[in-house]
Amino acid sequence: MGVLPILIIASLFVAICFLLAFLWAVKNGQYEDSYTPSIRMLLDDKKMNNQVEIEDKHGN
Amino acid sequence: MPTNPPNIPCYHCGLDCHTSEIAVEEKMFCCHGCLTVYEILKASDLCDYYDLNQSPGSTPNEMGLETKYGFLGDESLQKQLLNFADGDKANITLTTPTMHCSSCIWLLESLYKLNAGITYSKVNFLKKTLNITYNTNTTNLQSIVQLLASLGYEPEFNLQQISNKSQQTAQKSLYIKIGIAGFAFANIMLLSLPEYFAKADEVPESFIWFFGWLNILLALPVLLFSARDYFMSAWKGIKHRVVNMDIPIAMGISTLFIRSTFEIVSGIGQGWMDSFSGLVFLLLIGRLFQDKTYQRLSFDRDYKSYFPLSVIRKRELKEESIPLGNLNPGDRILVRNNEIIPADSILISGHGNVDYSFVTGESDAVKKQSGDMIYAGGKQVGSTIELEVVKVVSQSYLTQLWNNDVFRKEDDNSIDSLANTVAKYFTAIVISIAVATLLYWLPNGIQSALNAATAVLIVACPCALALTIPFTFGTAMRFFGRIDFYIKNSQVIERLAEINIIVFDKTGTMTDSQGMEIEFIPENGNRLSESEIQLIRDIARHSTHPLSRKLVSFLPITDLYMEPESYEEIPGKGIIASIDGKSVMLGSSVFVTGEKKDRRTINATRVFLTIDDINRGYFEFRSIYRKGLKVLMSSLVDKYEVDLLSGDNDHEKENLLPYFGGNSVLKFNQSPEDKMKHIHSLQKRGDTVMMVGDGMNDAGALKQSNIGISISEDVHAFSPACDAILNADEFQRLPNILRMAKSSISIVKVGFAISFLYNILGLTLAVQGYLSPLVSAILMPISSVTVVVFSTVATSLAAKRILIDNPRY
Repeated sequence: MGVLPILIIASLFVAICFLLAFLWAVKNGQYEDSYTPSIRMLLDDKKMNNQVEIEDKHGN
Repeated sequence: MPTNPPNIPCYHCGLDCHTSEIAVEEKMFCCHGCLTVYEILKASDLCDYYDLNQSPGSTPNEMGLETKYGFLGDESLQKQLLNFADGDKANITLTTPTMHCSSCIWLLESLYKLNAGITYSKVNFLKKTLNITYNTNTTNLQSIVQLLASLGYEPEFNLQQISNKSQQTAQKSLYIKIGIAGFAFANIMLLSLPEYFAKADEVPESFIWFFGWLNILLALPVLLFSARDYFMSAWKGIKHRVVNMDIPIAMGISTLFIRSTFEIVSGIGQGWMDSFSGLVFLLLIGRLFQDKTYQRLSFDRDYKSYFPLSVIRKRELKEESIPLGNLNPGDRILVRNNEIIPADSILISGHGNVDYSFVTGESDAVKKQSGDMIYAGGKQVGSTIELEVVKVVSQSYLTQLWNNDVFRKEDDNSIDSLANTVAKYFTAIVISIAVATLLYWLPNGIQSALNAATAVLIVACPCALALTIPFTFGTAMRFFGRIDFYIKNSQVIERLAEINIIVFDKTGTMTDSQGMEIEFIPENGNRLSESEIQLIRDIARHSTHPLSRKLVSFLPITDLYMEPESYEEIPGKGIIASIDGKSVMLGSSVFVTGEKKDRRTINATRVFLTIDDINRGYFEFRSIYRKGLKVLMSSLVDKYEVDLLSGDNDHEKENLLPYFGGNSVLKFNQSPEDKMKHIHSLQKRGDTVMMVGDGMNDAGALKQSNIGISISEDVHAFSPACDAILNADEFQRLPNILRMAKSSISIVKVGFAISFLYNILGLTLAVQGYLSPLVSAILMPISSVTVVVFSTVATSLAAKRILIDNPRY
């Protein structure tokens, strides 16, 4: 039974880590815009030197 | 003569190309603006823009951007616009309403490729804002805004933006409060499990002590931070001698915390820390549910958001763009086509043709001669005019309306709300029961008396009661949003259920703001031939008069255009032109036919026509009433008094009368102030008034009324200060909305009844001293959950039946 307090404190410590992560996310503004990021991740950021590939697409 | 190609969409913006001349690499563009954008993007290798979506662009405005945004160079103005400026770094949030697709996001976030001075740009699509950080050494605000405008993403600037910066922090702090309360709730629950299930002597003494203190530690932030608003609101209520719902809540949770702490510290028991944190958590969730606001909509706009931020001042033949606030009487200003006249002024030169529809509701533009006074708020239609300012912006005729007291008083409707009325009686009853219990148990010793009395306060905490309203109204609000009816806050629902008079504005509210029905009534039955129609269209095209423009859009489009050989427009009268060898006159009855006044013209606007001096008849212009107006009105006049206040003349009184009931008041030629006074006089009579309007001229009335509903074709576009915004297409659902509001109130009352039952059950246990932590831990969440489920489900069902399934009108 003596190990219980240690385990409880350990579990609380883990829980506090998650709480801090949540607080950071709120402060960071992640809850302000829940739509744009879902689009942004689908947009590819092509390298500047892909000239040929782009030309091809527009050539057709 | 170029003929139209079959409709080819512009490669950039998707509009029809009227000519095939503007083309590059087999891609067609509708205008040089679009072509320019394409070339800019191509030069910077940003043509991915076109791969993401077809024709993703917005048609750019080709006006002189150089002078238009000159005012952004002004240091003091920049300071007000920027979020921060630190050394050579500056950050600004711009509103760009034209962004509409994923290509826009991509391009706006790739701005750094187009302007090296921009270090970072981030889009918030829902709010249509763009946050830009830039280096002040390599670029400046003006060139960034010009770049955006030339790409078709012209940012919106107005005075309102300056006077109030965003208040995002409230929402953020609510999230944090919920996070902390939820964290404490879950962990305390976990630590309380032995208390719930273990037998008395199974758990060692040291553990109980350890768990108890840990619980206090976890509950402290909930008390001091998460529940802070309830204590503050209760304190405010006590200070103003008003009993609000937060007083019994604050009483309940503070008793819970104090007694639990006492029990833990003195080793009597484990307390109710789980109930305490769970209660705060649930209450905050209710608040979140209720406070869901419509981010892009603004309900508190005044003239400032309607007026431009800058104006072009002419000084010694030099034109410069200056902030509106710096405008002084005596200044000469230039106002271009479709720009707002920002201050009362005198016309110096140019053809004034001012559209006051937004201010007065009067639909026809007014011709002005040089020397005439022009009031602020009108919109110049046609050529550029030069004006001399007479009064500063804030003292002008229109803006003075906002100096009225109505606009100063804060909305303070919370005092009489349903919840607070209930809270008044509730608090009184709970306190008297608690005192009675205390006195009853006193003979058995002070300890047990205090135990029983605090148990009463704990179990009577109106958690379920306080959750009924947020969940009912929050759900109703969501369903209202689905049919494009957006309300400012949940109290609006309560007031909607109370109204007994509805006042309508005419232009733009009962009539379609853009639509006009035009009919040609031929003289002697001679219809117009196709070639004649084309001649009229080609002549009318040259005129900027609103009636001519409406005529052009009404007449069928033909492929051929013909230039008139001669053309003359006589202001206030009409047009004389010769075209294709024929002489054509178009205009008023006196001008065209020489007849003094046609007695039939009283009810409608008419434009007469002669071709080669032969009278051919006239075009009749009638405003179109909104679809379903008849059914809507007939269902409203049964239950409410329905009035009409129109800024327009009484041309259409005869047409309107059948829509209204016998006791309706119909007033015409009403100034914005008249409207406000009419509403005020109704309220003095003891009536609760709902105003339905659309324009600036209704602003005073909307604010004065108990509920002001603004009708809008585009809910994101400008609408005056109001309590609710209704999409014009859903106008016919007004009776359903009112019915839904009433149903919501009934649901709240049933919810109250349910939570009272739980309270009575709990109280019966408490006064007898049977309230163990376990019973409390079960009873409290169950009562809350029952009420939340009931409110949400009942409201959803009612809304489905009344709002969604019901066919309109």
